[in-house]
Amino acid sequence: MCLAVPGRVMSLDTRDDTPMADVDFGGVRKEVCLQYTPDVQVGEYVVVHVGFAIQRLDEQSAIDTLANFEKLGILEEEFGDGFELAAKQAGLTQEAAS
Amino acid sequence: MLDPEPVSFDGWVCPMPLRDSPNIVMGHGGGGAMSAELVEHLFLPAYGDAADAELGDAAVIPVAGGRIAFSTDSYVVKPMFFPGGTIGDLAVNGTVNDLSMSGATPLALSTAFILEEGTPLSELGRVAEAVGAAARAARVRLVTGDTKVVDSGHGDAVFINTAGIGLVPDGVDIRPDRARPGDVVIVSGDIGVHGVAVMSCREGLEFGTAVESDSAPLSGLVAAMLDTGADILVLRDPTRGGVAASLNEIAKASKVGVSLVEGDLPIPQPVQDACGLLGLDPLYVANEGKLLAFVAPDDVEAVLSAMRAHEFGKSAAVIGTCVEEHPSMVVAKTRLGGTRVVDLPVGEQLPRIC
Amino acid sequence: MKYLDEFSNPDLAKRLLDQIHATTTRPWAIMEVCGGQTHSIIRHGIDQLLPDQIEMIHGPGCPVCVTPLEIIDKALAIAASPEVIFCSFGDMLRVPGSSQDLFRIKSEGGDVRVVYSPLDALKLARENPDRQVVFFGIGFETTAPANAMTVYQAKRLGIENFSLLVSHVLVPPAVAAIMESPTCRVQAFLAAGHVCSVMGTHEYPPLADKYEVPIVVTGFEPLDILEGIRRTILQLESGRHELENAYPRAVAADGNPAAMAMLGDVFEVTDRAWRGIGMIAQSGWKLSADYRHYDAEHRFDVASMHTDESSICRSGEVLQGLIKPHECEAFGRECTPRNPLGATMVSSEGACAAYYLYRRLELVEPAHA
Repeated sequence: MCLAVPGRVMSLDTRDDTPMADVDFGGVRKEVCLQYTPDVQVGEYVVVHVGFAIQRLDEQSAIDTLANFEKLGILEEEFGDGFELAAKQAGLTQEAAS
Repeated sequence: MLDPEPVSFDGWVCPMPLRDSPNIVMGHGGGGAMSAELVEHLFLPAYGDAADAELGDAAVIPVAGGRIAFSTDSYVVKPMFFPGGTIGDLAVNGTVNDLSMSGATPLALSTAFILEEGTPLSELGRVAEAVGAAARAARVRLVTGDTKVVDSGHGDAVFINTAGIGLVPDGVDIRPDRARPGDVVIVSGDIGVHGVAVMSCREGLEFGTAVESDSAPLSGLVAAMLDTGADILVLRDPTRGGVAASLNEIAKASKVGVSLVEGDLPIPQPVQDACGLLGLDPLYVANEGKLLAFVAPDDVEAVLSAMRAHEFGKSAAVIGTCVEEHPSMVVAKTRLGGTRVVDLPVGEQLPRIC
Repeated sequence: MKYLDEFSNPDLAKRLLDQIHATTTRPWAIMEVCGGQTHSIIRHGIDQLLPDQIEMIHGPGCPVCVTPLEIIDKALAIAASPEVIFCSFGDMLRVPGSSQDLFRIKSEGGDVRVVYSPLDALKLARENPDRQVVFFGIGFETTAPANAMTVYQAKRLGIENFSLLVSHVLVPPAVAAIMESPTCRVQAFLAAGHVCSVMGTHEYPPLADKYEVPIVVTGFEPLDILEGIRRTILQLESGRHELENAYPRAVAADGNPAAMAMLGDVFEVTDRAWRGIGMIAQSGWKLSADYRHYDAEHRFDVASMHTDESSICRSGEVLQGLIKPHECEAFGRECTPRNPLGATMVSSEGACAAYYLYRRLELVEPAHA
């Protein structure tokens, strides 16, 4: 269910008193309704489903998630065990990654 | 939404007003003076030197001995004008490409128009102009034609049928059932381009994109491939249903499995992104200027380099191989290392929400 | 696309998979609730890369699949009216009602149109004031705000020739219904990320608690799904059952308050039938009293129509993970993607359609094994 993709807000507009935006999906442009993310600014990313931004995309979160995946590999090479890893993540991540 | 790029229409003028109407009327299909005027004042000037003077009921074409390829196709694309092309160039390139997929050198085409009453002559002019330009580019003659008009509401502006003949060179034997395990699958370039360009201006889906249709005649590319002396086993232009449909047809005809490597598919980023947005799979999206070729492993290098040297094969790539396993089926190895079956599409691919 | 392509990186996928393999010691049955996740799992072959002990059960989270036959028959009846322009998401066109589908209605002269966004349907209503424009408002919580916006705008702008055929369903009651089933085999859930983008995560901790199942809010790209599975397995192996959010870039705990406010205004919770599963109490939305005027069921007098589901189709058991698709007697015989009996065979996200492909591959593979 629920195909939703991230896109970058390029410009803001209003139609029928409704906030709209021109959103860029890597070169593909589509008009998107911002009724539910009215505070979004140009340059920010939104998650778009059937022409509506349903949520702001938290870029820092995306970067952190990917960074965690990167660390997983390194941790795994060092410790090779999921439970140990979970323990490391709980408290010792800094130390383990260094 | 972006306006579709108009075909090069500069300098085109209707040499004489077609009676009083700026639009197609029933009389244009009546076979009388108005029909003759339409040919004389609209089609012939638009076709230019690609057309034989009379576009008579039948054309007589001298050919040397050998084998003739014969093909026909009808074009009902909606919208008629889309980024990078029109129904007119599609109608020429489509039949030129169908002929080319048998290895034939296309010689001559017929063009038959079914026009809806009320269609603006200016639009028809743009389409006819595109037909002429495409025929010149593909070096085929437009030798005969026909025009019919249907009541308003009984057609959709312009439908075109083209039929064509070509000559198959000696020694060329290209058939969908010639693929064998071990043979290599080549695609001539980026896939999914035409379908995305047309979808971008289809009512209800409009989106902005720089993607333009890849509509192109492939006869020159095929000639270059044949010139290598390689035994080209199978050729197919993956139009409706995309690469997936064509590969399934070939796998079935040759009773081999086709194993694709998803990471090797040349998919331009804007096509990938448009498909991501609409929930479509680029493998199922139409192409109008690409071909799939099956060749023996020893011939791959020569054929690939000949293709890459040609303007319509610059980004040709190997995308898979024929295997003994899963005969008649196409299976793709995913980027993650899993596999998935690439099935024949049931019907038209529709945008999905889930 | 940025923030999309990075999440299918094969090298990182391998790291996540290695983790999952290293962590899994026992068999586990995990349900991915959402059809979009099912699609992704199959599209990327993720299920084949998991340890053999992990079984993915494809849940009921495909709105196309669970829309009851009766609503589809109502849609077909409305779409066949000459004054109607019937608008739908593309997914729904091929879904069969009792005797036909929207394609057939279209071929018989019905004005059926595919739209990308519900707002496109509203636009059609304004452009065609002499026609009745009906939008087929299906979907889960993700799609509901978009559909709600159409009637909100119609009311605000005085667009009287627009109405909504509503068949909205809700995820948490379905999760509860699955867990209440005496034959339930599900031990953990991947919750649907985009549903939570709208609704937040507050509904899930009580479910995780009550049924003692890990629930991990999960995204849709390959890395998201693998991360959801990894976190689920970590919980299962260590005996925990909590809510975790593995999709923080698109899901905030509080969801989208503006969207939820609109949903509270336009819709009210109602009992809904799920195709193949049956009636689930308080599991859907209907238009609230303020918007009843825009309810297509009333405008076109189809509210009293009643249709029974196919008696041989066992999609309900498939949706609950009780049987595998090929264990249904109709599978591959009376029921194929070309001639589907149940909606799980229709949608590309449907478990039966997915299995139809896999089983064929498995059938031919022994030949070279």
